[in-house]
Amino acid sequence: MALSAAQRGFDDAVRESQRTFRLVLDAMAHAGRILRSDATLAPPPPLLSTSASIILALADFETAIWLDEPAADCPAVADFLRFHTGARLVRACRDADFAIIAAPARMPPLASFAQGTPEYPDRSTTLIVQVEALAGVGWQFRGPGIQDSAHFSATPMPLDFPQQLLENRARFPRGVDLVFATSTEIAALPRSARITAGPACTSR
Amino acid sequence: MSDAAHYNFAYLDEQTKRMIRRALLKAVAIPGYQVPFASREMPMPYGWGTGGVQVTASVLGPDDILKVIDQGADDTTNAVSIRKFFERTAGIATTTHTRDATVIQTRHRIPEAPLKEGQILVYQVPIPEPLRFLEPRETETRRQHALEDYGLMHVKLYEDIARHGHIATTYAYPVKVDDRYIMDPSPTPKFDNPKMDMCPALQLFGAGREKRIYALPPYTKVVSLDFEDHPFERTKFDRGCELCGAEGIYLDEVVTDDRGGCMYVCSDTDYCEGRRAAPHAAAPPIREARR
Ligand SMILES: [Zn+2]
Repeated sequence: MALSAAQRGFDDAVRESQRTFRLVLDAMAHAGRILRSDATLAPPPPLLSTSASIILALADFETAIWLDEPAADCPAVADFLRFHTGARLVRACRDADFAIIAAPARMPPLASFAQGTPEYPDRSTTLIVQVEALAGVGWQFRGPGIQDSAHFSATPMPLDFPQQLLENRARFPRGVDLVFATSTEIAALPRSARITAGPACTSR
Repeated sequence: MSDAAHYNFAYLDEQTKRMIRRALLKAVAIPGYQVPFASREMPMPYGWGTGGVQVTASVLGPDDILKVIDQGADDTTNAVSIRKFFERTAGIATTTHTRDATVIQTRHRIPEAPLKEGQILVYQVPIPEPLRFLEPRETETRRQHALEDYGLMHVKLYEDIARHGHIATTYAYPVKVDDRYIMDPSPTPKFDNPKMDMCPALQLFGAGREKRIYALPPYTKVVSLDFEDHPFERTKFDRGCELCGAEGIYLDEVVTDDRGGCMYVCSDTDYCEGRRAAPHAAAPPIREARR
């Protein structure tokens, strides 16, 4: 397969994988904290450099990736992911280890992804959600990784997303973990995060 | 050809690191839950902390500064050989100073100096399952964790009180993590349990032989199991360190000669040395070992 310059992977896979992993680990360990990414990949659109780095760092032939419609509609995205990770692309989101969401406002409900089992809650989907903006305001969270409380919001997201987060937490230890990415930043909401307040929560 | 060129960075191949990194992210997202992982053979025996070594190898980057302790000491054979292993295979900087380290691998102790945000503490764990000595079957302990069925553990601790008048467990004293999972804090003394609660550092646990990884994110509620009429009590020492005078820290009894002489000193060697080196330390003069 011929790949254009725009479809190059990591220049230094060992180093860049480690650095990307540490960024995601840092994000997952500090729920709702917005971190700057120095990802330099130029993946085919609609993939962002940030989310492409995450998937290249973490996915391989042992993992399955699901793409939402806008990402799946672009064959170059599937080629890029297969070539650089060797991962399987799956059609059903409940079979996915990783899901890439390019159009979050109309993403499937969190409950439709793999939730793990009561004995093995780790057998669940990690969602990589590409958004336009992350902000340290809006919804309020408590829980592991948060000293007191943290404010965080991502846009655009489904209107009922806060309610979905409540339900995701209610399924704990089953549930999904989310990594949000803009073109320059990432943040994570592990399933342990408890949403305690927020615009769409209080208006309900 | 140098060793660093001969091995992949930090010894492990990239595919193994990815598998361990995925397990670590799940462990952080489900605090206290034991994530299975495909533990690899390491060029050291299992008793030497191969689980911790694999976690450290998967986390380390070229800019990290690594500290390795065994029972609080940087200079034991085990600690020295793990430190040298990473110097050789990853070419990274190492330190004995808790405050300077970005990653600390430990067997049996949490440093006395408070840990900071951004630091990662990696524990070497021999037996990750806190319910194992009550229930040998893995399927059964999995079920108990799934159903939060922890009655047996409470009964065991209560029997301990009935027999000894107090809870006799002083190492690997079980904790409850964020009101959900019961977790084995590894064979650290229960003296260190309170340091795990709301710790600003990220705590990662690796069990090589048992193939389990688990984690405590920063600022996670960690409660030592106890009873209303028999609250958890931290081990107390009725004396201070005989080298630096520190009180309220964990002491080791050190034999000083072959005639039964001994002294009590800080188990954390970096902490003790730091106090003695500090110009204004309120430490008593170092005395001769007792004869
Ligand atoms: Zn001392």
